Amino acid sequence: MQAIDLSKIDKILAGHQAEPGSLIPILQEVQLEYGYLPEEAIDYIADGLKISASKIYGVLTFYAQFHTQPQGKNLLRVCCGTACHVQGGEQILDHIKANLQLNANETTEDGKFTLQEVACLGCCGLAPVLVLNDEVHAKLTNEKIEEIINNAR
Amino acid sequence: MPEPNILLKNIGTPNSDQLDVYVENGGYRALKRILAELMPEEVVELVKKSGLRGRGGAGFPTGMKWQFCASDVKTPKYIICNADEGEPGTFKDRVLIEEDPHAILEGMAIAGYAIGSDQGIIYIRREYIYGAGKLQEAIEQARKQGCVGKNIFGSNFSFDIKVFLGAGAYICGEETALLDSIEGKAGRSRIKPPFPVNEGLWHRPTSVNNVETLCNIPHIILHGDKWYKSFGTSESPGTKIFSVSGHVNKPGNYELPMGVALEELIYEHAGGIRNENRFKAVLPGGASSPCLTSKYLSVPLDFDGLAAVGSMLGSGAVIVMDHTTCMVGAGLSIARFFEHESCGRCTPCREGTYWIVRLLERIMVGESQSGEIDLIVNLGLNMRATCFCPLGLAAQGAVLSFIGNFRDEFEGHIKEKCCPLRAY
Ligand SMILES: Cc1cc2nc3c(=O)[nH]c(=O)nc-3n(C[C@H](O)[C@H](O)[C@H](O)COP(=O)(O)O)c2cc1C
Ligand code: SF4
Ligand code: FES
Repeated sequence: MQAIDLSKIDKILAGHQAEPGSLIPILQEVQLEYGYLPEEAIDYIADGLKISASKIYGVLTFYAQFHTQPQGKNLLRVCCGTACHVQGGEQILDHIKANLQLNANETTEDGKFTLQEVACLGCCGLAPVLVLNDEVHAKLTNEKIEEIINNAR
Repeated sequence: MPEPNILLKNIGTPNSDQLDVYVENGGYRALKRILAELMPEEVVELVKKSGLRGRGGAGFPTGMKWQFCASDVKTPKYIICNADEGEPGTFKDRVLIEEDPHAILEGMAIAGYAIGSDQGIIYIRREYIYGAGKLQEAIEQARKQGCVGKNIFGSNFSFDIKVFLGAGAYICGEETALLDSIEGKAGRSRIKPPFPVNEGLWHRPTSVNNVETLCNIPHIILHGDKWYKSFGTSESPGTKIFSVSGHVNKPGNYELPMGVALEELIYEHAGGIRNENRFKAVLPGGASSPCLTSKYLSVPLDFDGLAAVGSMLGSGAVIVMDHTTCMVGAGLSIARFFEHESCGRCTPCREGTYWIVRLLERIMVGESQSGEIDLIVNLGLNMRATCFCPLGLAAQGAVLSFIGNFRDEFEGHIKEKCCPLRAY
């Protein structure tokens, strides 16, 4: 694997110098920078904050939105919340899995799609819904899904 | 009953998220008024008299919470707006965040003045990144116009607000887990007492208030406690935004007086059941609430009315299910949610949520034996008695109520080795 440029982390750490307990915003910014949280980056943050890397892992693995592996170009988050479930969310999810030949929390071999199951996206009135790279798609049908996937491909 | 349109009054107005539009519609008048006319104690007193109860789920009287904070001598104090809205079925705070962000800021600033705090934090879930942007923009606009920040409206009251983006954990909606999350830790509930009003963020007095709760504040200041109490019931005054989803013709947010009958909400406002199907059950307070069957259609939707029939108002997420719904499947979906969201600290919740999912999966595919339904009930009752925090309590309510009310359906799956409704 290509070595990553860790100097960007210095700037992020400097931006949070004054605040105590800013680990979560720091991890968010680092993830935004690299697309995920590489091991070297975590060690580097640990040194910078003078805390142990294991402490950082304890925090980041607790939260669903931190990743230690590179993600696909498109992040497809399908709602499995209760309101989406009763509106056929499960069939929608099955259709997506079949279409992309993918299980939840996996990335396609070409790196184009990562699939996640999430709970309630706060759009339950428009169920079933999914979010593609922060954009909400509502009232899903099998046809709509194919269109969404093809457009993103 | 007509919809009162108080909290939702700005929703749908073009550019309602902009400061000038908000001000044109009467915004920031309440904040101006208290700074000119009322002492902090008087603000606390007014909110106490209004009877406002928190809209985040627990229904604790907001005025009392503020009084506890105000009377603690430690400083600094914090106002935290809980915008984590994670309860499946809830989408009311999102609308307020995206379309009326200044109402939230105004409510927070008034709260800050009342308890003697100069710092506010909005904890918003990562899924609401669009809304977080709206809030950030609103804060910047408000700072420029002196509505928040240093010496608000030229007074000697200063109050600044920042946005904290969550990282994906339902438990962080629980107020003490939320505080740990802001402090940079994994968000796990703290033991109470001490309560956040005394030992909150960084061990300082902290008032955590829900988005909708805060949006009530400017109206109470402007129109008074008597006016406020003219809506709703004596024990739950005011209006409530109900997020209606599931099998209704018109899902959406409906603002109605507390205590409105369930059937009025479903049939008059949300357009009734889709395809003229039959009503089967409703989760009146999201995935955490025990379900109600048609026997309870006349129940008043307020804190006490729902508690009296063994359920809860929760966040006001009303999920309606018609007769085609498979209750085993719905139960499994809810159980999976809680299995994923259990923080894993205490055994009854970590193991209980895990095993309820495994047992329900066996029922779904017809591998189960009849004693296993009782095993789920037993697990659930154990969780109810021994879980460390309210999530564990919430995790069993809906599933146990499904078994209690639709046991024949669970047994039908076992007997027929598939879904008797052919929903799967
Ligand atoms: C598991 C769990 C999740 C919660 N999620 C939220 C939430 O997303 N938003 C919220 O305002 N309150 C939530 N609460 C309630 C908060 O703990 C707290 O009571 C509330 O924010 C206080 O504000 P209020 O008095 O204005 O309701 C949750 C509680 C529990 C136990
Ligand atoms: S009840 Fe569940 S969420 Fe709460 S502390 Fe125990 S394991 Fe964690
Ligand atoms: S349950 Fe899917 S958006 Fe709420």
